[in-house]
Amino acid sequence: MTQPLLDVRGLKTYFFTEDGVVKAVDGVDLQVYPGEILGLVGESGCGKSVTSFSILRLVDEPGRIVEGQVWFEGQNLLALDEAAMSHIRGNRISMIFQQPKSSLNPVFSIGDQIAEVFQVHQGMKKKAAWAKAVELLRLVGLPDPESKAHAYPHQLSGGQAQRVMIAMALALRPKLLIADEPTTALDVTIQAQIMDLILELRERFGTAVILISHDLGLIAEAADRVAVMYAGRIVEQAPVRELFARPQHPYTQGLIASVPVLGRRQERLNTIPGTVPNLVNLPPGCRFASRCQARVEQQLEVCTQTEPDLLPVAEHHLVRCWLYQPQPQATPAAEQTP
Amino acid sequence: MLQYTIRRLLLAIPVLFGILLVTFVLARAIPGDPCKAMLGEKATPEVCERFYEEHGLNDPVPVQFAVYMGKVLRGDLGTSIRFSRPVSIIILERLPTTVELSLAALTLAVLIGIPLGIISAVYRNSPVDVGTMVLANTGVSMPVYWLGLILAYTFALLLKDTPFWLPPAGRLSAGVVAKPFYEVFGWDVGTEGARYFVLEFFANMYVLNSLITRDWAVLKDALQHLALPAMALSTIPLSIIARMTRSSMLEVLRQDYIKAARAKGLRRHIVILKHALRNALLPIVTIIGLQVGLLFSGAVLTETIFSFAGVGRMLFEAITARDYPVIQGFTVVIALIYVGVNLLVDLSYVLVDPRIRLE
Amino acid sequence: MATSSEVSAAEIRPASLWRLTWRRLLRQRSAQVGGLILLLLVLTAIFAPVIAPYDPLEVLIGKEDVRKREAPCIHLLGCPPDKPQHIMGIDGNFRDVFSRVIYGTRVSLFVGFTTVTFAIIAGTLLGAISGYAGGWVDNVIMRLMDVLMAFPSLLLAIAIVAVLGRGLQNALLAIAIVSTPVYARVVRASVLSLKEREFVQASRALGAGHAHILLRRILPNALPPLIVQATLGVATAILDAAALSFLGLGAQPPTPEWGTMLGTERNQVFTAPHLVFFPGLAIMITVLAFNLLGDGLRDALDPRLKQ
Repeated sequence: MTQPLLDVRGLKTYFFTEDGVVKAVDGVDLQVYPGEILGLVGESGCGKSVTSFSILRLVDEPGRIVEGQVWFEGQNLLALDEAAMSHIRGNRISMIFQQPKSSLNPVFSIGDQIAEVFQVHQGMKKKAAWAKAVELLRLVGLPDPESKAHAYPHQLSGGQAQRVMIAMALALRPKLLIADEPTTALDVTIQAQIMDLILELRERFGTAVILISHDLGLIAEAADRVAVMYAGRIVEQAPVRELFARPQHPYTQGLIASVPVLGRRQERLNTIPGTVPNLVNLPPGCRFASRCQARVEQQLEVCTQTEPDLLPVAEHHLVRCWLYQPQPQATPAAEQTP
Repeated sequence: MLQYTIRRLLLAIPVLFGILLVTFVLARAIPGDPCKAMLGEKATPEVCERFYEEHGLNDPVPVQFAVYMGKVLRGDLGTSIRFSRPVSIIILERLPTTVELSLAALTLAVLIGIPLGIISAVYRNSPVDVGTMVLANTGVSMPVYWLGLILAYTFALLLKDTPFWLPPAGRLSAGVVAKPFYEVFGWDVGTEGARYFVLEFFANMYVLNSLITRDWAVLKDALQHLALPAMALSTIPLSIIARMTRSSMLEVLRQDYIKAARAKGLRRHIVILKHALRNALLPIVTIIGLQVGLLFSGAVLTETIFSFAGVGRMLFEAITARDYPVIQGFTVVIALIYVGVNLLVDLSYVLVDPRIRLE
Repeated sequence: MATSSEVSAAEIRPASLWRLTWRRLLRQRSAQVGGLILLLLVLTAIFAPVIAPYDPLEVLIGKEDVRKREAPCIHLLGCPPDKPQHIMGIDGNFRDVFSRVIYGTRVSLFVGFTTVTFAIIAGTLLGAISGYAGGWVDNVIMRLMDVLMAFPSLLLAIAIVAVLGRGLQNALLAIAIVSTPVYARVVRASVLSLKEREFVQASRALGAGHAHILLRRILPNALPPLIVQATLGVATAILDAAALSFLGLGAQPPTPEWGTMLGTERNQVFTAPHLVFFPGLAIMITVLAFNLLGDGLRDALDPRLKQ
């Protein structure tokens, strides 16, 4: 492949709460190549959203990016000053959110809110920017865009609001779009339409997309590559077909197995036993160890002692699991095993 | 909106009627004889009889109330027992003073309170925030009259012979006259009628009057006299507005659309001052409206300290002197202002928030 | 996720809710400061005779070498040691201001607690009846409250004192009446929001009587906002009572009441500022304590901050 468009290296974002330091994102490495769709999957609370906010440096207090680099078009975003960063946001990298209705400011008309992007980034006059906004509303398929531009967010449906958000995000043809669960809050019938719109526009503008979702069906359909996150870390990364055909990490296998398949009779849905570990007091070793069936079956002691690295098992297929890696020199604890 | 305004005004009528009734009953219930209170303990029964007759005090209370209501509806608030002057004239002299003082205090409170609240919210838990909130908490806990006296001591005595000296009493220095603007312009307005009333009302706000007549010497004098009472009176509203702004901003700043606005590439100050503040404004406007009642309560005390001839002081004196017509007239006016301000606050919601529809 | 947290919120028993609140309250900086000041004030009120060097009503003329409205004499700050120490000075009647301020704590705390107790009882009764009965009863009671609230509170209190006559007792009653509508509204709002909730409906279905439902089911749940309001209400009551006394309508001289002390000496502010400064400071500190505590309570009881 070519040079990555976005290269996240060793990103760590911690939340400094009264109850301790929550390591929401704890060493994430991620590459997005021009024009591709990278699916980012994982359970809620695994750090998907925090990763995306960290890329745009929009982590709120008490959260803080403590380590790492985010390379984008030859610049480390984490080293930029606020002014330069504002120039990136909404211009080179934009974002759409899970809750479209609450992501629009309730006291400004949607035309104003879209026009604002042109005014801020291109110094356009109000009138020209408004015309551009109307044009965009037409592009995203909102009926009667001239009068809809005067509407306020509370007058829109969820699907319409997400269309407005997409219009706003793609207004300046950004190189990268981060879509954080863009269809989760919408009706099932609308979900497909919104997804189609995103795919169509990225085709047209050549925008790369980070598609964050817990919906494996959606990812399987839309993404080119997939990264699986667990407890603040990437545990597996592979092209989409490869991942679904040959999932390697026990967690990925569990995720895929838990999706009901049409036509296949199942006594009950498969679930992954146990819960995500407490991100304040992380146990040593692999973060998935406590829930891992394979570990028990294989009687791997190393899993609870040392964390594995993210290493290739096939071309473009990386896994963070001791099952596929040579174990380190036996530790004292390992020698005690009978 | 017009329909809504009309309906609100109609709805205010029973409340106003209730207020009139309560004041009327309360005023009659005040123990003591207005005749003795006015004419002295030695007034003979005959003299008192004539006094009662003159002021309609011999009729049964319900009749008195009916007569009074009839007069009020015709705009006649009666005659002060104490001053033998029409209550409306007394209101005309006193109300502008209090309105000017309250407006000055409220302006100070808004101009300082809102920025302080914003800064506190944006730099939450910083020393600035902690300091502001300590000051705000102290501000609402302070007795207005105590603060007034301390200010008077500081500015009138300690800072004497410095440029910061401020007069501790009155509305104008002795010898300074604020000539009504209509006289300056040579308008003949007479001494009666609605036109005279309105013009005289504005002329009695000395700051406004001297602005219109461009009499800078009087303006400076009036502002200097207004400064201390306005400062004292503004402390509590200022603190309340600062606290409300802070909590309202904090609430808004954690909304999704704030993050979305930042993701659009807007600079932080634009997000705060445009996107956040506009949303935070609703509870702030409400709380500003609620301050009007507090201002009237505070005015009684502030006007007492600074010898300001305003409504609060007048009403207090009328109650102690059992000057029924004045008590009633002033109460009606205060209640009207109350109702009016509340209506204005509700109407302003529409301007602030497009989601609100008045019905 | 959402459903499970709702269930657990409804299942929280009062005991654990109170414990949770208490723990949260102890962590609150403003509650800590407010609580500490309040504790000191209560101790001052209880041990006033021990702390105060003089009787608050004792006229020192002829007993000591003091001048009328003499400025504070503090030995540590260089006042000659042969002079008797009066750390807040002497008032217009040759009395020790410090002793009067100390005894004033008793009056102010008494004022705060009695008026608020009265207002809570009256307000709860009116609000509960209003919200529970609904219909015309609700209308009449709430319109009456509207009329009371349409007056600036201090002016209404002045008018009531004018009717009842001057004096501390009547001032207390006036303030209690003036502050009743707030509690009526708070309780009514809680009652209305709880009336249709499942657990109230359930006990009605089980055949519980109105009084039982109101006392056992609804009122305990209306307590948190009431407690917050009451704490802040004590602050307002103390401030208003002091204001009435300042105007000469409340406590009468020679009662050692802070507002009265301020009022009688207010014209001396340029010549003897200590007579104005200390009583006012005492009012401010006391009111501040209740305000801080009330704020802390509100934050501790605010469900939005529980996450």
